[in-house]
Amino acid sequence: MSLGTQPASTSDDPMAHELLQSVVDVARAIFGAQASSVFLLDEEAGELVFRAVSGRGEEFLVGRRFPAGRGIAGWVAVSGEPIVVDDLADNPSFDRSLAQSTDYVPDALMAVPLVHGERVLGVLEVLDPAEQARSSLPELDLLSLFARQAATALRFTMARAGGADGGGPEPVAPHRRATALRLVRRLEHLLAEETPDR
Amino acid sequence: MTTAPAQGLTWRLLGRRPADIPVAADGIHPPDALDGATGRGVRVCVVDSGVERDHPSVGRVDGSWVVVKDDEGIRVEETDTGDTCGHGTACAGIVRRVAPDCELYSVRVLGERFSGTGDVLLEGLRWAVRQRFDVINLSLSTTRTRFAEELRVVADEAYFNRTVVVASAHNTPVESFPWRFASVISVGSHEEEDPELHLYNPRPPVEFFAPGQNVEVAWLGGRTIRSTGNSYATPYITGLCARFLSLGPRMTPFQVKSALYASAANVR
Repeated sequence: MSLGTQPASTSDDPMAHELLQSVVDVARAIFGAQASSVFLLDEEAGELVFRAVSGRGEEFLVGRRFPAGRGIAGWVAVSGEPIVVDDLADNPSFDRSLAQSTDYVPDALMAVPLVHGERVLGVLEVLDPAEQARSSLPELDLLSLFARQAATALRFTMARAGGADGGGPEPVAPHRRATALRLVRRLEHLLAEETPDR
Repeated sequence: MTTAPAQGLTWRLLGRRPADIPVAADGIHPPDALDGATGRGVRVCVVDSGVERDHPSVGRVDGSWVVVKDDEGIRVEETDTGDTCGHGTACAGIVRRVAPDCELYSVRVLGERFSGTGDVLLEGLRWAVRQRFDVINLSLSTTRTRFAEELRVVADEAYFNRTVVVASAHNTPVESFPWRFASVISVGSHEEEDPELHLYNPRPPVEFFAPGQNVEVAWLGGRTIRSTGNSYATPYITGLCARFLSLGPRMTPFQVKSALYASAANVR
C-alpha cells in the first residue's frame, strides 16, 4: 500500500475512523486541551488531510486539506520531529491560511509525527493544552509516546483495510499469524546475536 | 528501520541536575577570552526551512539557497523565498543572539514540496560542506537508514576540512542521523532555566546539552514565539562554536569540541 492511498483507505473504514477519533479524544483529555486533530499525509498530492478532530472544529474540519510542506504541521510531517510552540495568538503570521480555514487560532500548539518505522503517516496536534502542560520536555515526550502507540494502531488498521478492499495482502489466519510472529521474533534474536555492539 | 536506543543511553537530561553528572577534567582549559568573542569573521550556515529576510532577531543573511528536487534530479539554487514555516528563522535567531557578529547563510531543505528528510537533507548538507562554511547548524535528522552511510561520509568530509557540523539529536529516542556520528557535535536539550548553560554529557552519543525548553525564538513576520525542543539547543552550541572560532580561526573541529567540553558547566 502506498502512502498516497492511506487517507482514502482510512476514511472509508469505520474502524479507522473510530480509532482516529479515539486518538484525538484521548490526546485532548490527557492535556486538558481545547482541541486535538489528526492529519494524515497524502504523499502523492503533497497534502495533509484532517482525518479526525476533537473539540473546536469537530463539525467542519474533517476532510480539509492543506500543503504538507508548510506551517508547523508541515514541518513536523517533513522533519519527523515533534514541536511545542506558544504565544501564537499575538502572532498574525502563524499559519494564517490554515488558521483562517479553521476559524480558530490557538495560543499554544503541540504537534508530533505519527511515525511507523521510517515513515511519517501523519501528524497529531493538541491545541491550547492546559497551562501546566505546555512547553516542557516531559510533556513533549508524553505526547510523542502516545503518538507512537497511535501510529502503530493506525498502521495495523490500515493494513486491515487494505486487505478488506482487495488492495493489500490476503488476511492471515490466526494460527498462521501466530506462527509468522514466532518466526519474526526468532529472526530478530538471530539478527541481534549476529550484530556486533556499536 | 528505526531502532530503540541501547539501555542506558542518555538522550536528554531529564530528572537530573547538573550536579548529578560531574565530569573530571583532564587538563584541557577553555579559552579565557570567550566573553569578548562575537563570532566575527566566522561563516555559519543554517540548513533548515530557510531564514526570513530582515527579521529583527536575525539581522543580515549573507546568502540563501534552496535544494530543489524534481524530475531532473536534485540541485541547489539561490533563492529569496525566505522561510516556509519559521523553524529555520528560529535557529538563525539563536545563532545571532549567541554570536552577534558572525556571517549567516541559509540552505533550505524543507518546504519545496513534500520530500521527507532523506535525499534533500543529504544534498543540502553535502553542498554546505563543500562551500567550506566554518560551522553548519543542522537541527534536523533522518531516520532513514539507507542515507546513513552517505551522511557519515559527508560528516567525515566536513570534519577533515575544518567545517564544524552541529547536529540535533532527535527529539524522541529513536535512531537517526547524522547527529549519531562522532565526527559531528551532537546536541540535546536540558531543562534548566539558565539560558547560558551548556553541559557535557558523560554518557554519549549525545555529547552536549543546551537550553531547549520554553525558549523565546524568532518566527515568521518579524515576531517571536516560545518553543521547545532539541532544535533550539543546537543553534546555541553553534553560536558558541562560532565564538571559539573567532578567537582561533584555525581551530579544528576536535579542538572546538574540546573547548566546548572544557567550558561546560559540569566539567571541573
